[in-house]
Amino acid sequence: MSSVPKLNKPQPRWLVFGLLALGLALLPFLVDAGLGRSWVRLLDLALLYVMLALGLNIVVGYAGLLDLGYVAFYALGAYVYAWLASPHFGLHLPFWAILPLGAALAGLFGVLLGTPTLRLRGDYLAIVTLGFGEIIRIFMNNLNAPVNLTNGPQGINLIDPVRLGEFSLSQPHALFGYTFTGVHLTYYLFLLLVLAVIFISMRLEDSRIGRAWVAIREDEIAAAATGINTRNLKLLAFAMGATFGGLAGGLFASFQGFISPESFNLMESIMILCMIVLGGMGHIPGVIFGAVVLTLLPEALRYTGDWQRTLFGQIYIDPADLRMLLFGVALVAVMLYRPAGMIPSARRRQEFADAKG
Amino acid sequence: MSVPKVGNLPSSKLDAELTPLLTVSGVSKAFGGLQALSDISLQVNSGEIFGLIGPNGAGKTTLFNALTGLYSIDRGEVRLGSTRLDGRKPHQVLQAGLARTFQNIRLFAEMTALENVLVGRHARTASGVVGAVLRLPATRREEADSRERAHALLRRMGLAQHANRLAKNLPYGDQRRLEIARALASEPTLLALDEPAAGMNPAERAALRELLLQLQADGLTLLLIEHDVKLVMGLCTRLAVLDYGVKIAEGTPDTVSRDPKVIAAYLGDEAL
Repeated sequence: MSSVPKLNKPQPRWLVFGLLALGLALLPFLVDAGLGRSWVRLLDLALLYVMLALGLNIVVGYAGLLDLGYVAFYALGAYVYAWLASPHFGLHLPFWAILPLGAALAGLFGVLLGTPTLRLRGDYLAIVTLGFGEIIRIFMNNLNAPVNLTNGPQGINLIDPVRLGEFSLSQPHALFGYTFTGVHLTYYLFLLLVLAVIFISMRLEDSRIGRAWVAIREDEIAAAATGINTRNLKLLAFAMGATFGGLAGGLFASFQGFISPESFNLMESIMILCMIVLGGMGHIPGVIFGAVVLTLLPEALRYTGDWQRTLFGQIYIDPADLRMLLFGVALVAVMLYRPAGMIPSARRRQEFADAKG
Repeated sequence: MSVPKVGNLPSSKLDAELTPLLTVSGVSKAFGGLQALSDISLQVNSGEIFGLIGPNGAGKTTLFNALTGLYSIDRGEVRLGSTRLDGRKPHQVLQAGLARTFQNIRLFAEMTALENVLVGRHARTASGVVGAVLRLPATRREEADSRERAHALLRRMGLAQHANRLAKNLPYGDQRRLEIARALASEPTLLALDEPAAGMNPAERAALRELLLQLQADGLTLLLIEHDVKLVMGLCTRLAVLDYGVKIAEGTPDTVSRDPKVIAAYLGDEAL
């Protein structure tokens, strides 16, 4: 009985995977050729947001803990990277040492910040986590005296790019007869890590731990009465989410070469939450879709300025304003017509896998 | 496949009747000025179906919540076998072998019936994050075993065809049975049911009665809150009656139903 007969034939599945892999591998070149170098950079950013959204999805989507301070872990990861790989302290440790360290430290902070909120639910939890997010940002903003830890609002500059020996992701490299620029290579590094995060998320979702998280989301009291140690599992969700956030933060710091508290404000937390809600809470493909769309859409809407000029000969509405307006309309429309998200989880797919059991 | 036995106790009723399983001594609980439970003592013996009855607001569910760790108690002691239960968290109480259902069904609505039962396995399984991510052999074995047991429980409850339906989409009677299946998945020694027959039609009640007797035959001990006097009288080996947080009677259904204090509590003092 444990050997459930496979209903889907393997061949088409591999074909889909193969095409998907090929598409993902060629994407930066197609984008570069079609839209320009700056869009490859956006692609890199989109991958970072996918990582962040998947991390927050564990906390909000699975365990149902509304966390509005998620960006704090992003900031922590970024600052850890900046401290250990920039002229600020004169340290230049290799990325493969700092990234895990930053992620682990963020995970630890996830537990630290999660502990006092264990008794809180819903909106109360949201308000307290929002406070934590702001506290971290304000700390970063003010920790330039008496000891200059963060360089205050000026931020930390000249952060080392990801570098292995002499191979740096900030310079173009000629490989296999092609020239790969830094943004292209960064794309592949980020893609690799995003795939790892997706893999971990998928495995966790379909496990004893994932089920326990969803049970807590559905009914915390029943979950406790069904033998789930709700305290530990909620802390685990906070820690896992924060770890992904810290990882994304370190990558962000190395990618931008410069970080300041500006980058880690409340709006950022809310954007990541929007990605999850719009895409489909608790559903990995939906979350990925939401993250990509919400990163690229605002940039695409910048073009509305050019369109106005060609259509009317002058700009009536500032693209920046229109951008936010359309963005808002899109959000409201999705909430009205697809309240479960653009790609809601299709739990029914499992029906076939287990029906024979 | 053969239906797995639930519970770890010998099914022989003769020696079972003498062994106390759940011992409640002097339990009191107050909410502000309201004394919800006053000095409740009772003993549930291994292998019996023990009924807990009383008028609305008598404190039956409060006692359940106090036993299962949802409420802390002010005074008294609760033991399951030799294990102290008072002061424990709900998941520790379940771990110790006392599982429960709720009066107002509390399933995990957005999970399938199968997943609900799998969550019930949580306390009897141990894989963590690393095992889940790497799908270690031990995790895979554990998962396969859990699924097998869950499917067997669903079959036993007559829910096999609903395994992959969301819990919230099941008919009412099936939801009640699914809650029992979820509780049984944790392999309890004592199953506490809070009004399991509430809202059921006569046919469903009869089926539930059969099920509870089967569980008893398997060696499980049952603690039952129930309003349906007919069901309680026919099913329970012994009863305790609560009124205003005080135990006013305990004994076999026969003695209890003739107790003047019980009649007064149910029908009012004028009835005497």
